[in-house]
Amino acid sequence: MENNHKTNHKVSPAGGDLEGASKKEFNITIYTENQIGLLSRIAIIFTRRKINIDSLNTSPSEIDSIHRFNIVINEYEEVVRKLTRQIEKQVEVLKAYYHTNEDVIWQELALYKVSTDVIAEKVSVERLLRENGARAVVIRKDYTVFETTGHREETDNLINILQPYGLIEFVRSARVAIIKDSEGFNSKLREFERLEPGEEVIENEYLNQGQKVFTM
Amino acid sequence: METAQETLTAPAATETVNVSGSVALLEALIAEGTDTIFGYPGGAIMPIYDALYDYNDKLNHILVRHEQGGIHAGQGYARTSGKVGVVFATSGPGATNLVTGLADAQIDSTPLVCITGQVFAHLLGTDAFQETDVINITTPVTKWNYQVTDATEIPEVIAKAFYIARSGRPGPVLIDITKNAQIQLFDFPGYQPCNHIRSYRPKPIVRPQYIQQAAELINSAQKPFILFGQGVILGSAEQEFKAFVEKSGIPAAWTILGAGAIPSDHPQNVGMLGMHGNYGPNVLTNECDVLIAIGMRFDDRVTGRLDKYAKQAKVIHLDIDPAEIDKNVKSTVPVWGDCKETLPMLTAAIEQKQHTEWLAKFNDYTRQEVEAVIHNELNPATEEMTMGEVIKHLNELTNGDAVIVTDVGQHQMVACRYAKFNKTRSNVTSGGLGTMGFALPAAIGAKFGAQDREVVAIIGDGGFQMTLQELGTVMQSGIDVKIIILNNRFLGMVRQWQELFNQRRYSFVDIQSPDFVTLASAYGIPGKSIDSRDDLPSALSEMLNNKGSYLLEVIVTKENNVFPMVPQGCSVSEIRLK
Ligand SMILES: Cc1ncc(C[n+]2csc(CCOP(=O)(O)OP(=O)(O)O)c2C)c(N)n1
Ligand SMILES: [Mg+2]
Repeated sequence: MENNHKTNHKVSPAGGDLEGASKKEFNITIYTENQIGLLSRIAIIFTRRKINIDSLNTSPSEIDSIHRFNIVINEYEEVVRKLTRQIEKQVEVLKAYYHTNEDVIWQELALYKVSTDVIAEKVSVERLLRENGARAVVIRKDYTVFETTGHREETDNLINILQPYGLIEFVRSARVAIIKDSEGFNSKLREFERLEPGEEVIENEYLNQGQKVFTM
Repeated sequence: METAQETLTAPAATETVNVSGSVALLEALIAEGTDTIFGYPGGAIMPIYDALYDYNDKLNHILVRHEQGGIHAGQGYARTSGKVGVVFATSGPGATNLVTGLADAQIDSTPLVCITGQVFAHLLGTDAFQETDVINITTPVTKWNYQVTDATEIPEVIAKAFYIARSGRPGPVLIDITKNAQIQLFDFPGYQPCNHIRSYRPKPIVRPQYIQQAAELINSAQKPFILFGQGVILGSAEQEFKAFVEKSGIPAAWTILGAGAIPSDHPQNVGMLGMHGNYGPNVLTNECDVLIAIGMRFDDRVTGRLDKYAKQAKVIHLDIDPAEIDKNVKSTVPVWGDCKETLPMLTAAIEQKQHTEWLAKFNDYTRQEVEAVIHNELNPATEEMTMGEVIKHLNELTNGDAVIVTDVGQHQMVACRYAKFNKTRSNVTSGGLGTMGFALPAAIGAKFGAQDREVVAIIGDGGFQMTLQELGTVMQSGIDVKIIILNNRFLGMVRQWQELFNQRRYSFVDIQSPDFVTLASAYGIPGKSIDSRDDLPSALSEMLNNKGSYLLEVIVTKENNVFPMVPQGCSVSEIRLK
């Protein structure tokens, strides 16, 4: 039954009091079993709360048979914490972490297609590309494809630079991120495989408050 | 299923038998202790039904009249028996008819294993006859789901399904089995139950330091208050809970799914929480100094306006599901874990106390509520009957020993408020989802789950018409359920809101009903309709004394409102008595 009493209070879609907090970019890292349907199980945790996924990457992890998701969203930390718990609750998720951009090393890869004629004619383009750390992946008579890897601003920057020279096509990959303070998942996995895993695996944020790593 | 190897801890049997996927499924169900299945056949699940034909002596299959009825029956069964409810449905419409029940079981943490038939694997994605994407449709409303396309997966997947459904915070699991896998013969190595999945932690590890912190808070509290939910029942921790309550001397109030975890007349049971809960528990939530929440999830129907909820209190939250901690209410001390383990630890760490004055305060509020609401509801001066007086008389006859199954609406709130529960697993209702149409099929399942108990369904005139086809199931199965329809000729709860908040603009809440007694008699179920108070005790006795099912329609006042009420968006302390 619908609400008859409107409140102006600022409440997050996932609940919780957000007064005074502000949104920022968070990197969610998820270690999972390699299971069909898991992508959708994870995605709906966001869509149900009307939260936009800015970037999503799935890949193998350092461990054979274990997959790693990197998801980027722009949200309040309170919301991200709750989302992470909902994700970790899924049966086939081993562990979910969230980190700010400062806590991770991250990269995105971008491809740019420009006319080879323009490149050949305008020396300045070549200089701009070099200054932006781009390299040619393919050079054909009609077009050239450049590639660059970096942060969002860097790949964005090159779009702006190439736009006046007739950028034909542009694509950017999802973000991949390595956690600065992580020691990897190998030892954790061995714990998970035990019938009675140690405390470390089922750690929670209360015990980790003093540490650098956010973890649940 | 690469990981499944690790889940099998028992050594593999050496001898195998060549069986079909369907037979392997039924053998797995039996190995898991299944005795009753609620289901409905169809094309894509025919091989399983064919196998079932030979299992009549081991598995009692109840043919329902609609798959929604099947799954609600499975829920009722699980709620009274504490076992996993098992439901069969065919592909396409059979499977989609399960969705409401899955959502209900998911939000109320009810353990179910639903088996759906699916088209042949080679037809997946071709829009084949009765093909629907059941896995994706049910993903948000299942704890886990999985599609089997090869018979060899069946033993392992069913083992996982049961383990996931009943462990940790229970929930519904759906296994979709393609027809080829049902038919396929394979070497069945024998059934191995599952007791570990490396990516799944059913319960968090108990942290002794939180127990200590919680005990310190409790020991120094002047006005501590316990809120308990279904977690106590799901964790079979009723004894542990009672010991905690009695040693601590703390008043305890329940969410509707927690009802019955301790008897209604326990001196420290101070009543029901939430929108239509009791006066004292709501008001005093905002006065207590330490709030001890046990196996409950601070639903908005319990908390009312969150930013005005128990702000003065330190909160201790005991829950098995880490995602519940701090989800709605920030806890001071999170006691992660299974309350069956954490409660005894906490009991050991607290001092024996009595909070006589504080408890008296609850009793003061009770007196006010009795005067303003309860007395008139149970002993009305009006000529017409109230819902409350029906429940009062029922209590006198059942003495609080019956299983009460309720539908959704005013009658549900009245029944939960006034029904007496002596035993655990006695209140079966759709709490989180509020599914009208739940009660009749759930009552059937509840009876199969607790055959030696009296099961009384209390249903509104509206909700009864949502699943009344299950009278056919009552008839054919010969089950004994007593059905009380509290007929106010309205979709009463919506009407109440329209009266209170929409200036009495009664928009489509005036609902007509068939002659329920004639309807029941068409199914061979005896019944009676009464509209006079004088007939109430004898009609109730007649119903209860009848061998076999019975339908009693009680015509009650049309425009009664359920009070107290915390209007939506208001704080619990703004609870209204009228
Ligand atoms: C499936 C479903 N549809 C709609 C509702 C909204 N709803 C909640 S209570 C209610 C009225 C119920 O009427 P009735 O069954 O006669 O019970 P009463 O409130 O009159 O006791 C309605 C329509 C619901 N809870 N479930
Ligand atoms: Mg009604």
